[in-house]
Amino acid sequence: MHYSFDIERGNFTDAGHASASVKRTLKQLDVAPASIKRIVVALYEAEINAVAHAYGGKIDVEIDPEKIVMVVADEGPGIPNVDLAMTEGWSTASQKVREMGFGAGMGLPNIKKNTDELKIDTRIGVGTTLTMTVYLNS
Amino acid sequence: MILKDIIERLNLKCLNEANLDAEVSGAYSSDLLSDVMGNARSGQVWITMQTHKNVTAIASLKDIPAVIIVRNGEPDADMLEHAKEEDICILVSSEPTFQVCGKLYELIK
Repeated sequence: MHYSFDIERGNFTDAGHASASVKRTLKQLDVAPASIKRIVVALYEAEINAVAHAYGGKIDVEIDPEKIVMVVADEGPGIPNVDLAMTEGWSTASQKVREMGFGAGMGLPNIKKNTDELKIDTRIGVGTTLTMTVYLNS
Repeated sequence: MILKDIIERLNLKCLNEANLDAEVSGAYSSDLLSDVMGNARSGQVWITMQTHKNVTAIASLKDIPAVIIVRNGEPDADMLEHAKEEDICILVSSEPTFQVCGKLYELIK
């Protein structure tokens, strides 16, 4: 099963749409609640990161009986130092984004904690692609 | 304790009635959305001063039955609309976070 969603720069109002849709689908598929919880945290954080930092992007979700693979690909500034970005508390979010309660520097660490595999491909000035895998029987 | 009793005991204003008979297992207080995303548990009530639509998006994803907005905060219209769609109870307290947390802790500890 394959699902795609568009990400629009700065559109926080609709952020969470992909995660909510994927959550509904996984519930219908009778996936274990513990797995659903991890998946929605990871996908929501990735969605928010792209809305807050990138110029636009796309989410592709592939669900099969063993696993879910979520690819969040954005066109954006890229991440200059991935190790630093993985550090809890480190953020480059704008003041406006922080006032909304985002930009606490917990997004990527939350994603790491809630996925079984995380791959980050980033190119400065081009964009970032996150590939997140969660095994459904784990 | 069920949500309806908490609303009464804390004298909360209810802007969207939902989950009134839900058993409240605890609460999480934070204005940082990723903190709630990462650490709140389903069934907990969320205490915050954030009033935009991402609050209800997170509450829905995390199966949080109710949000208590402190200091008479007014939720944005689209947050309230979303709460209705997603069946999330929206409550408002006139008191600040510390008082709301303290009173709620005494009730459900």
